[in-house]
Amino acid sequence: MTVLLFLVPLALALGFVGLMSFLWSLKSGQYDDLDGAAQRVLSDDDIEEERR
Amino acid sequence: MSAPALDFEALVTRGEDGSFRLEAAIEGMTCAACIGDIESALRNLPGLIVARVNYTNRRLSLEWRESAFELAGVFERLRRMGYRLRPFELASGERAEQETSKGLLRCLAIAAFAAMNIMLLSAAVWIGEDTDIDPATRDMFHGLSALIALPAAAFAGQPFFESAFNALRARRLNMDVPISLGVVLALAMSVYETLTHAQRAYFDSAIMLLAFLLLGRYLDAAMRRKTRGVAANLAALRAPLACRLGADGRETMIAATGLRRGDRVLARPGEVLPADGVVIAGASTLDESIVTGETARRPVSRGERVYAGSLNHDGALTLEVEAAGAGTLLGEIERLLEKATSARSRYVRLADRVSRFYAPVVHLAALATALFWLWRGASIHDALVTAISVLIVTCPCALALAVPAVQVVASGALFRGGVLLNAADALERFAQIDTVVFDKTGTLTSPHPSVVNARDFDSELVELAAGLARASSHPLAQAVARARPDAPLLADATEERGQGVRALVDGAEARLGSPSFCKLEAEADALGALAPDVSLVAFRHGARHALFQLRQTLRGDAAVVIAALARRGLAIEILSGDRAEAVRSIAEALGVAEWRGALKPAEKVARIEALRAAGRKVLMVGDGLNDAPALASAHASMSPIDATQVTQAAADAVFLGERLAPVLTTVETSVQAQWVMRQNLALSVIYNLFATPLAMLGLLTPLIAAAAMSGSSLLVTLNALRTGGRARGLGEGAP
Repeated sequence: MTVLLFLVPLALALGFVGLMSFLWSLKSGQYDDLDGAAQRVLSDDDIEEERR
Repeated sequence: MSAPALDFEALVTRGEDGSFRLEAAIEGMTCAACIGDIESALRNLPGLIVARVNYTNRRLSLEWRESAFELAGVFERLRRMGYRLRPFELASGERAEQETSKGLLRCLAIAAFAAMNIMLLSAAVWIGEDTDIDPATRDMFHGLSALIALPAAAFAGQPFFESAFNALRARRLNMDVPISLGVVLALAMSVYETLTHAQRAYFDSAIMLLAFLLLGRYLDAAMRRKTRGVAANLAALRAPLACRLGADGRETMIAATGLRRGDRVLARPGEVLPADGVVIAGASTLDESIVTGETARRPVSRGERVYAGSLNHDGALTLEVEAAGAGTLLGEIERLLEKATSARSRYVRLADRVSRFYAPVVHLAALATALFWLWRGASIHDALVTAISVLIVTCPCALALAVPAVQVVASGALFRGGVLLNAADALERFAQIDTVVFDKTGTLTSPHPSVVNARDFDSELVELAAGLARASSHPLAQAVARARPDAPLLADATEERGQGVRALVDGAEARLGSPSFCKLEAEADALGALAPDVSLVAFRHGARHALFQLRQTLRGDAAVVIAALARRGLAIEILSGDRAEAVRSIAEALGVAEWRGALKPAEKVARIEALRAAGRKVLMVGDGLNDAPALASAHASMSPIDATQVTQAAADAVFLGERLAPVLTTVETSVQAQWVMRQNLALSVIYNLFATPLAMLGLLTPLIAAAAMSGSSLLVTLNALRTGGRARGLGEGAP
């Protein structure tokens, strides 16, 4: 059963990383404009810039 | 004429690093491609640091440094591309709403994370009960659960603990008191059980309870924030810009909210007065229907008091801005509002009424359980454990979700139907009404005038006039344009402010504007004495000419909606500030028997109070400044989006569009929502009837507690979703 001693902390640590990245994304305003984010990915303005 | 300078000093916020920020609502943004258009157009402006479009709420936020940046440049560039910017101050209420909703999401994330991980450990313990788990391993799992649960509950439980504490301090009980008590006791008991190497711990139930409740609260807050954002945008787009006159006569365009007492403001014909004040120069006639409900225009001249929201018809006016003082119409309305609003706050929400009854019952049941087991000779420890498990299982998870879940779904359905709810408990009050009182002007009638004699003229002539009218921003011209919405726009039209528009069509000059602008004074005089609420717009093209008569007409679906409301068994009444004869004709057209005209604001309130005293629950629908006190004193209230800001603030809900149907949709959806809320409450009571006896007998295992709790929460939430389904059908099917 010693395997639990590192498997359980590992599972918790991975979950904790997920939680922290969610809190970070919330704080950096990534949930402020959900519709905009969905549409921006379709715009090709970066390609146009390369052409110039 | 050069464009007047822009001044939004009052709305600009200063950052700590010396940068400036401005938020503006964008009008004319129709598709996602606009994001790129706007942002790339502003990319290379000197001094601008960030220009970012928020597509969800149709706003642009600008950040710049003082040097070399011209705000007017941004407005000009976007105007040429066809977008209109309206800067606004983020209302403190909206900012608070955003913070609350973000805070709840943070709490929800933490509670959900904790619940999932504790469940992982708990599942192992539950399975271990059958497969002889090693007691040391079980203790370790319980200990780990405690390590996760305690900090998570301390953080994620804050919204409940705070609310419960506030309620207790005010010597009241609300739903959060039993929730907080249940969570704290469950955690405390679980810690004790862990330390004494017991078999059972309830960390999972406590944290899952928090996660479920936070989900409900977050959805509720998010819906409210969305509604409020849309309302703020609409308000910003409608809020008039004021043309302020400097001491040297220079004109500056500023947001009306930035006006101060003593400022001098110029109002041109066709503009809406931006503030209350006294006329110091000029003479004109004003359409004050949004203020008083009176549709006949009032001539004003030097020295007379005028009100924000009035439409300036004929001549330019210079005003001196003044705040509302005692004895003025606004002063009286504020006083009435204060009185009426305090009357409204007596209403107790359904959820609070239930919890007022429920919380004592739960606590008594727990106490009775403990006493019973002591009497039966159980140890103090066993008696306490059983009592606490009663508290946990009766902790009103489903009960607390029952009402908010329905509220979220129903207000979402209303939102799609063009109704924005202001108050969280409005749905319950809408469901109880038995009488609907309408204001006439701007509510039953369309807020904009429309052409009533278009059929008298050649169709091609009307189309030409409408095309020319589209080039003008004057409200009357826009009404002519609406007579033929698909008429092609005449591109090279020039507008002469306060006079009209003209353009060359087929080699002859076409003019649209005042009768004198089109040389039709004789014809206008020949029409003789028209009703006082009719306005004239003249049109001339070569030798052909037309005089359009405009007046406010009934909203297209008013008769159908009134009939449908009456069919639901609601009493209908009209209370108007307009002349009695004008009200009579409308009332007869709609088949409404109960109507009163020429009412002052206080008389409207008196009538509402009289209805209330007779035991009626009144829904008031009105738009004018004079309706605001009546809206606040009615049991529930709605106003159209064209209403004055004071009025909208007093209303429980605001509806969009040219139709009256949202009133019917609101009533129908609310009645249905109320029904589903009752079902949900019944469901959670049934759940308690099954679970509580188990807990009282000491048969409750953590597994049963967790399953019952999530099962009942899911059931309640799924039931709530039915509201949206049927309400959407109503919204589309409504006349």
